[in-house]
Amino acid sequence: MKTMLLATGVAAAVFAGCAAMNDDAAYRREAAEVVKRDFHARGIATMDRLNQDELQRVCTEYDDNPPADLAKKLEAQQFAAIKLPADGKFMGDWKAGAKLAESGRGMTWSDKKGAAGGSCYNCHQLAPQQTAFGTVGPSLTGFGKKRGFSTENQQYAYMRIYNSKAFAVCSAMPRFGHSGTLDEQQIKDLTAYLMDPNSPVNK
Amino acid sequence: MQKSFRAALATCCAVAAATLAHAQTDPTTEDFEKFRAVMEDANPAELWEVKGEQLWKTRRGPKNASLEQCDLGLGPGVVKGAYVQLPRYFADVGTVMDAERRIVHCMVTLQGFSFEEIAKRPFSSGNYTPDPVSIVTFVAAQSRDMKIAVPQSHPKERATWELGKAIFHYRAGPWDFSCATCHGEDGKRIRTQNLPNFTKHDQAPRSFIGWPGYRMTGGVMHSLQWRMNDCFRQQRFPEPGYASDTITALLTYMGVNSNGFVYKGPGIKR
Repeated sequence: MKTMLLATGVAAAVFAGCAAMNDDAAYRREAAEVVKRDFHARGIATMDRLNQDELQRVCTEYDDNPPADLAKKLEAQQFAAIKLPADGKFMGDWKAGAKLAESGRGMTWSDKKGAAGGSCYNCHQLAPQQTAFGTVGPSLTGFGKKRGFSTENQQYAYMRIYNSKAFAVCSAMPRFGHSGTLDEQQIKDLTAYLMDPNSPVNK
Repeated sequence: MQKSFRAALATCCAVAAATLAHAQTDPTTEDFEKFRAVMEDANPAELWEVKGEQLWKTRRGPKNASLEQCDLGLGPGVVKGAYVQLPRYFADVGTVMDAERRIVHCMVTLQGFSFEEIAKRPFSSGNYTPDPVSIVTFVAAQSRDMKIAVPQSHPKERATWELGKAIFHYRAGPWDFSCATCHGEDGKRIRTQNLPNFTKHDQAPRSFIGWPGYRMTGGVMHSLQWRMNDCFRQQRFPEPGYASDTITALLTYMGVNSNGFVYKGPGIKR
């Protein structure tokens, strides 16, 4: 009797849990419908931006913590889609990279097409003399010096900027290459800002 | 005497706000909070409170009516305490409305103004302040020092909270951002700007307290409608409709999460 009561209790709890999950799924669907109804295109910010790709949908559904197998599958997809530079070189000009790292512009409805920076300092500490840095991402001060100035690490930095989601599927970091925010040369310049021994990041 | 009392009160409030905001402080935030404490003694927002009161009481619009019969949820004409209990469900429209949206609804139904005209230029810039912004500042001031108590008794109010939560976590756009990407964790910053975690009861009041706010950047009065709009701009989304369901849902989510904290009236923003 006791066992049956307990079993009924567990079943009820599971049922309540499932009902809540179904509710959550229903509200997520409603959210997608409501924003598509309420928003309008402005400047470069077009309505197709509200359509979630698979990765965005999964990260929303699992509150940025999807099951490991699903996370691995999506990371592999993102990784495979990274376009490496045709000339095999990952390093640009760190001085140009410094300007891009400082710029928080780009991709809003008040920006012009293509006028984007990397917004790096919004979330990361980089050169030690720049004290106005955000903390959404980890500190990248001494990035190259700590890891070593190898070609492998240059490639890692390039890929991480191009698509951070290839390494951490629900990362807060935008996919700068994948989204077309930054072009190949700009990502090379930022890679150099992280990896050039003369960059203030490594001083 | 009264002046020094107000100054002391303002200082207390600023200290409370600073404590509320985050456990760890940085020098920039500390300096700003000191500055805010001084400014709150003579907050320029009071100018818009006065203007808003005039707009509330004056017969205007095609129907030559005042807003004194506007029902903000506590009955026609009751302004005191209404702001801290919004957004809420309104039976006459069968939906949940936030403060500014309800004010605009009254301007349309009672005074005969056109929603489309109001929505064309709904935000302050330069010397221009839209009427609903002044009016919501007046209405908000009539809830000064009252506890935030956004209702959840009607099923549609609870459903609106759930919808707001879902929109808050909706990741999309070229940079994959949701509201939660920046406002879902404790103790984070963009540059030097602290990011309250609006999913937490202890920090959510930062979405409510201090709004509407006099913004020193540009020297204009802004309401939560503007704040939500500018968040979506920075989220790299298209533009949300003014006084839309999306905004009401988000304000319901964050408002309910703020319940129990004391609202201090229109504030000061960087």
